Amino acid sequence: MARPCAVVGIGQTLYRRRRGDVSLDGLVREAALAALTDAELTFADVDAVVIGKAPDALEGVIMPELSLCDALGAVGKPIHRVHTAGSVGASTAISAAVLVESGRYDTVLTVAYEKQSEGNATWALSGGRSGGQAAGGTFAPWIREYIRRSGAPEHIGWLVAVKDRLNAVKNPYSHLRIPDITVEKVRESPMLWDPIHFLESCPSSDGAAAMVLAGGERARRSARPAWVLGHAKRTEITTFPGRDTVRPRAGVECAAALYASVGITDPRRQIDAAELYVPFSWYEPMWLEGHLIAEEGEGWKMTDSGATALDGDFPVNCSGGVLSSNPIGASGMIRCLEAANQVRGTAGDYQVDGARVALAHAYGGAAQYFAMWIVGSSLDVLA
Amino acid sequence: MAAASASSAAASAPDFPDIAVVATAQTPAHARYDGPEVHLIMDCVDQLLASTGLSRDGIDFTIAGSCDYLSGMPFAFVTNVDGMGAWPPVYESHVEMDGAWALFEAWLRLQVGDVDTAMVVGSGRSSPCNAREVFHLQADPYAVAPLGLDPDALAGIQARSLIDAGLASESDFAAVVARSRAAAAANPMAQVQASGAVAVADLLAEPYDMAPLRAHDVAPPADGAAAVIIATAERARELTDRPVWIRGIDHRIESHHPGLRDLTDSASVRTAAATLGIGPAAGGGGGGEGADPDGGGTAGLDVAELHVTHAHEEIILRSALGLDDSVEVNPSGGPLGGNPVMATGLIRVIEAADRIASGRARRAVAHASSGPALQQNLLCLLEGDG
Repeated sequence: MARPCAVVGIGQTLYRRRRGDVSLDGLVREAALAALTDAELTFADVDAVVIGKAPDALEGVIMPELSLCDALGAVGKPIHRVHTAGSVGASTAISAAVLVESGRYDTVLTVAYEKQSEGNATWALSGGRSGGQAAGGTFAPWIREYIRRSGAPEHIGWLVAVKDRLNAVKNPYSHLRIPDITVEKVRESPMLWDPIHFLESCPSSDGAAAMVLAGGERARRSARPAWVLGHAKRTEITTFPGRDTVRPRAGVECAAALYASVGITDPRRQIDAAELYVPFSWYEPMWLEGHLIAEEGEGWKMTDSGATALDGDFPVNCSGGVLSSNPIGASGMIRCLEAANQVRGTAGDYQVDGARVALAHAYGGAAQYFAMWIVGSSLDVLA
Repeated sequence: MAAASASSAAASAPDFPDIAVVATAQTPAHARYDGPEVHLIMDCVDQLLASTGLSRDGIDFTIAGSCDYLSGMPFAFVTNVDGMGAWPPVYESHVEMDGAWALFEAWLRLQVGDVDTAMVVGSGRSSPCNAREVFHLQADPYAVAPLGLDPDALAGIQARSLIDAGLASESDFAAVVARSRAAAAANPMAQVQASGAVAVADLLAEPYDMAPLRAHDVAPPADGAAAVIIATAERARELTDRPVWIRGIDHRIESHHPGLRDLTDSASVRTAAATLGIGPAAGGGGGGEGADPDGGGTAGLDVAELHVTHAHEEIILRSALGLDDSVEVNPSGGPLGGNPVMATGLIRVIEAADRIASGRARRAVAHASSGPALQQNLLCLLEGDG
């Protein structure tokens, strides 16, 4: 069976609109060194490196593992490169965990990044064509359909935007800092893709995130391990008439497989904190439902009641989430490492008191790629 | 040192489950295929399902390797999942690497123990682009890419360094091409179908392209796909009478800066080979997990399928792997006979596995490469039952 794998080190860069102070090499190395320092290890201790990012076209460097291997201390070692669209950061973490769980590699450094200022994300997200609808244009009709089905009032999206941005103020790495944000400001901000306002949308960020994953003795000796209790991925094809784009079957089945693998039967009660991939505000209630945390049609009520706030009974995106920092390829890995921060008790001002089980999630493509993991403060926390 | 730590990790945990290749498929290497890439993938998937009798939901894990840039379209790989049959939803992943690296991840995934079958796909269509222009963007974007050094130019520098070091001659390069083309003539999947034998002297009469390399020294990019199904031991026995066991996979990278490397050798291949218990350091009967208990020449290898996209690379790889003349190299014709980029490395595994499954070899090494001048290299050690 799987050898237990733990997150033993976490590193992040400052997320900014433009990190003009570092090269791509400098960006990934900043996160990698921070993770190694946190783990009290050096590059020499690393057996393999797994990197992830969204399309190479975002920076114009093909197969960047080839040029980044020196900066990541990977020369003479295996370096592996994952790409699963927007879910890639979480997929990369999961692939790295598989290296450890296989028993073949003891210590794996995993890094995900994007330097969006080097390119044009809207162009890339439109499949390399100009005049595309980009992500917001793709998701807006599905959000409208969610609102129609659920009867959710229009202020739900505004509440999510305010909550996540106020959480972000507590996170020293956040890109967006809007301490004076209010529901009124969100509502009055420009409409981009009805019903998504400007302040309900994720930014384009530069940044990198890294983790050191370990098995065996190194995991057991770690001062602050976050144990990877389980992970799951599901993918479905892009489009066909029977596909439910609001509640994709791949997302439902991914969550169901994940919960079953770790023995979770009541996710809302058994999970203490969640980092969900919410690039547009309405995806908070949509994923609460689409990942079986709330009944269908009930997710928005969790948001409305304050259940997803930092002091609620199911805190979501305490770090500020994708709405506050979005280096695309890293955004999923940030969800994974923020979940680990919560169960390690290292989340600082946005720590959920007593968090022992945390969920991380990312999605990508046309809401068709899903990658999720659950971390715990001990291996038997769910027993 | 990385090799030592990986080896010791393996040695301390001897209970790794056996994993086997149970079915293989590949399309011909098309100089230009005008249909969609997803169709090439579907052809392979259909072949695999037919040959194993599996239904799509009988495959636990799916993983593919491809390169968006070949299509000139970010997220090009997303449409490929249609060809892999991702409905109902599947447990799936993707590497922006040759399919051989997807196999590496699938092989590790099956060792975790909770899933038993995996489908691995590699695919690419090079014909829509100018591969040399595209792949020059692999280089370090600050110091190297602005020089316009594409992989073929760097290959020319590497070939020159071999000649300057007295390790090879242009005739040696031509001999690699002649032998590859002769072998490719018998391979229905090959792109370069020589009409009869090609003489070394005739090849040497051709003009230079990237001196000292000539156009025929460079594998022409092709369109194509390849796929395999691998399975854990018990499942493998159910799915085929001739499982081909994966005795180990290891890959290593070298510095991105050509000036920091000894271009006449492959340090990464030597490290990977030592980790697998083959290669000159292992001396045939060495102590690695892949070591052949019978000993014998070149770790008992019968066949080596090598990812040679420039003729001189075969000379470097033979040396780094310690291959003597008893080992048949690229009996398929190798990439010089057909190079569907992003599937080419996985096809090396397929060609080696097919020769073992058909009883023409017992033990083989397959090699895949990424990056200019053999920067990153993967070795897969394969063995038959008997």
